[in-house]
Amino acid sequence: MLYDIHLKIAYIYDAPVLTGRHLVHLWPPHVAGIQEISNAALTFLPEPAEQSGFRDYFGNWTSEVVFEEAHRQFEAVLSARVNRHEAPRESGASIDFDRLKPALNAVRSLAPDSPLHFLGTTPRVRPNLVLQDYVSDLAPAGATVREIVQRLGERLHEDMTFDSSATSVDTRHEDAFASRRGVCQDFSHIMIAALRSVGIPAGYVSGCLRTEPPPGRERLEGADAMHAWVRAWCGPQAGWVEYDPTNACDVGVNHIVIGYGRDYADVSPVKGVLRSASGQAGSQAVDVVPVQV
Amino acid sequence: MPRPSKAAEDTRSRLLSHYRPVDGVPDELMDGQGRIRPVWQRFIDHLSEQDGDKLSLMFARGDAYLRNSGVFLRQYTEDRAAERPWPLSHVPVLIDGKEWETIAGALKQRADLLERVAADLYGENRLVAEGALPGELIAQSSEWIRPLVGVKPRGGHYLNFIAFEISRGPDGTWWVLNDRTQAPSGAGYALETRVATSRIYAEHYAQARVHRLSNFFSEFRTALLNMRSDPDNHVAILTPGPFSETYFEQSYIARYLGLLLVEGEDLTVKQGQVFVRTVSGLQPVDVLWRRLDTLYADPLELDETSQIGTAGLVGAIRRGSVSVVNALGAGVLESRALLAFLPRISRALAGGPLAMPNIATWWCGQPAERSHVLSRLEAMMLAPALSTRQMFDPEESSLMGSQLRRQGLDYARHLVETEGDMLVGQEAVSFSTSPAWVDGKLVPRPMSLRVFMVRTASGWSVMPGGFARIGSDEAAPVFSMQSGSSVADVWIVSDEPVDTVTHLASGQARAPRAKQGALPSKAAENLFWLARYMERAESFTRLNRARHERLADAASPQSPLLSYLTRYTAFIGLHTEVAIPPALATAIRSAMRAAASVRDRLSPDGWAAIVQLSDRLDDALESRLMPGDDASREMGVLLRQSSAFTGLLQDNMYRFTEWRFLSLGRSIERIMALASALASFLAEDAPLGSLDLALEYADSSISHRRRYGFQASRASVIELLALDELNPRSLIFHLTELETQMTPIAELKNTPASRELLKQVGAVRRAFAGMAPEGIDTAYLADFRSRIARLSDNITVIYLT
Repeated sequence: MLYDIHLKIAYIYDAPVLTGRHLVHLWPPHVAGIQEISNAALTFLPEPAEQSGFRDYFGNWTSEVVFEEAHRQFEAVLSARVNRHEAPRESGASIDFDRLKPALNAVRSLAPDSPLHFLGTTPRVRPNLVLQDYVSDLAPAGATVREIVQRLGERLHEDMTFDSSATSVDTRHEDAFASRRGVCQDFSHIMIAALRSVGIPAGYVSGCLRTEPPPGRERLEGADAMHAWVRAWCGPQAGWVEYDPTNACDVGVNHIVIGYGRDYADVSPVKGVLRSASGQAGSQAVDVVPVQV
Repeated sequence: MPRPSKAAEDTRSRLLSHYRPVDGVPDELMDGQGRIRPVWQRFIDHLSEQDGDKLSLMFARGDAYLRNSGVFLRQYTEDRAAERPWPLSHVPVLIDGKEWETIAGALKQRADLLERVAADLYGENRLVAEGALPGELIAQSSEWIRPLVGVKPRGGHYLNFIAFEISRGPDGTWWVLNDRTQAPSGAGYALETRVATSRIYAEHYAQARVHRLSNFFSEFRTALLNMRSDPDNHVAILTPGPFSETYFEQSYIARYLGLLLVEGEDLTVKQGQVFVRTVSGLQPVDVLWRRLDTLYADPLELDETSQIGTAGLVGAIRRGSVSVVNALGAGVLESRALLAFLPRISRALAGGPLAMPNIATWWCGQPAERSHVLSRLEAMMLAPALSTRQMFDPEESSLMGSQLRRQGLDYARHLVETEGDMLVGQEAVSFSTSPAWVDGKLVPRPMSLRVFMVRTASGWSVMPGGFARIGSDEAAPVFSMQSGSSVADVWIVSDEPVDTVTHLASGQARAPRAKQGALPSKAAENLFWLARYMERAESFTRLNRARHERLADAASPQSPLLSYLTRYTAFIGLHTEVAIPPALATAIRSAMRAAASVRDRLSPDGWAAIVQLSDRLDDALESRLMPGDDASREMGVLLRQSSAFTGLLQDNMYRFTEWRFLSLGRSIERIMALASALASFLAEDAPLGSLDLALEYADSSISHRRRYGFQASRASVIELLALDELNPRSLIFHLTELETQMTPIAELKNTPASRELLKQVGAVRRAFAGMAPEGIDTAYLADFRSRIARLSDNITVIYLT
């Protein structure tokens, strides 16, 4: 499926910001067999004094921009044409949950997609006993990791209410889970923390969704802002499997990938250090429109 | 050596009458048969020649040195209890030069091995791929810094200045307890401990054939300066700031090495290059010896909550424009679990065993190792696998198997079984003992050494001596500064005379030179405010004294002058109802805080003077002084003590940029305070005696008497306190001073704004100088004061941010 995507992140500051330095994760990657990018452009307002880019550890394109003049607003705008393919079937069968630990012990790699990065505590994800207990119910003897992922995602979707007023970008997943409310970021962090609580490697995928559904289908939750979902490692054969807990669905032709990380902190669209004492208000606008060919 | 006389043997045995090494534990001083080891003999003879009183005097000499140099263990905080004297153990640890060569050789091998491990972990990752190191340990370590994977340090090396904690095990051989590869502290303390100890044994030290430390520091300095890409660039020591535990040491060593001491916010990154913000603009920094941990170094790419880092530093490293000692990310080598794998890694990478083994360690994430630890739990210490804390750090959550009862052991067993991946078992170590002087007796105490190394052009150089921790208690092998242990000097004793030249001074001809003359804006800001707060403290003290003196003398507290004065002090925020007004205490504390932040720029005497002032204030606050006479006398003492400090600054400070900012601060504050006082005391409705009060406040009564006789008139007071160019207490004197001191810094900065500000200062001065005395009235002074306040704001904007 071919899309034109248009993504705008804007901040308005209460008082002029004297200098600013930001890392921006908005540039969608080529992912072999999943998506290809063409005609991409990333622009900033105001004009940065310095702009450069690099690929981070997980392979995400990272832009670094520096502002040296006082400014009251900041805007990053991405436009790109993306060809998104239906996710291929998993290359192999998922490992059984009770064989996961030895399989992980056999992993001798620190490459960016090594499952070893995606265990335990990371800046925004803290596995805990409450979530361990929550998952345990869903992992009967003989279940595969893939089955646990699916059941957990469905269970979360059932228990949680999508509510964009209940949480903010800084909400801890423990609090979101306690209130059973939140948005895609909360759903994803809870699911990641739950999977890691039982030792399943899990990571965070940021991206966006097709804005208007195909005729006759329901609109997906989270389509009017940047989206996030989860990927879980299902053993050496199946590898990484992506799942969208906010919509309780597999990830497919409607999901466009922007970044892979351990949690939100690795792929937050705009991360910055400002010289300013005042507050700010942020907004996002996302359009993902199929291209008529 | 001639045989000792009978008398000498007697005094020696008296000295050693309480010295009983523990069975089965090696002792540094005595061999297994209770004979004194050769390396100690001359020292022990010297010691036994001194009687108890003489020894006390000698030890006091060392303590006094440390006190006077301001060597403290803890940081400056507002709670003065937090700063404690450096716990010097007065008896050094002596190590034979030959044995030291073996130790140094083994540690150089270990340093090279660690360098290769770092290069692999941030490079090819073959150790993980080949199974020599579990990938999980690295991936889970918060000190393995992903943004720096694949980034080679500019100079090619990850490690340049490291330390090892070592101790002697039961079989007499040395063991490594900890590798300190992140930002090891203590080298400066080693130096100060050496100076103190050499003063204690001044008579003996000169011929004691003890290797000197200065050459090591000279090599370190040269190594740092040679890492620059351009001799015009700065080498700076990056400190976490005055609240860090070892700030004293950092400022001491910055002064000793003649390098710039900067905090993260002093630095900025432009086009991938690191600069220091100075009062004369941005200047490039090429090499950073960091004393802060990696995660805090850059809030943009590392810990985003860090308030003490520099945004963009990682990017600058990625571009290869700055060398950092040690490389960011080198702390991963401190992970405790690494000790379990180093023996194997040594065989794989270096083709042989470790020349000095490290403490036996097992990672409980592997089945065989886990069962080994479980089977010997009583002899083990359990600790977090990824911890980078030192062994026996009081904040470390470790368990000693030998100290656990049955339930505790059950709990430990449960932990190992369920959370083995997170734990290591380490063989509980014992330490050798070395002499310490406790309650007038020489007794054996457990000891470990911290050994420092620097990478030079010709390889690793090991500090010959340094720093020994001495346990507080014979039985407990557990040390930390907090639990009452102390630090002793380490003497490496040679068979031959040693080179005693201090190279830092004499080697200048060959040694590279550090760029001089940069004053970071933040340091300038602290100097400026140090001067302002000191001046404010003095002004408040004088006003408060004037008020309490009159209170003591006054026939009635309702006397017009007294209530006028009380109203005035209240108006400027100085509540003089109590003996020590809170605003006065605040001014002194704020001065102290500013001084603490520029401690590397103050002389030890200057620092001691302000510490004394602050202590005096604390005592005065505690002693519940009565208003009136008590208070006024105390103000006299505080005045003299603050003058001692400002006098030291005025007299001793090199007349360069630093001093100019102090002068600016003092003049600004003095003008503003005096203008405000004159506006009140010279007002039409001011009561009788106000003119004398103004003279007293401005410490100009004697000058007035000399020039104008006893009777003060409004005109004579204005003449003397406002317009007299020769009176260092007059407004015009300080306006001239402002212009004089600002001229060179404005030229140095040389921007339109700095030139404009200088012009404004000149204009204010000329306008004031041209005033007729009768025109200087209350309204004029109020307006004048606010003009000066604006100048101060502009100084801040142009030079101090």
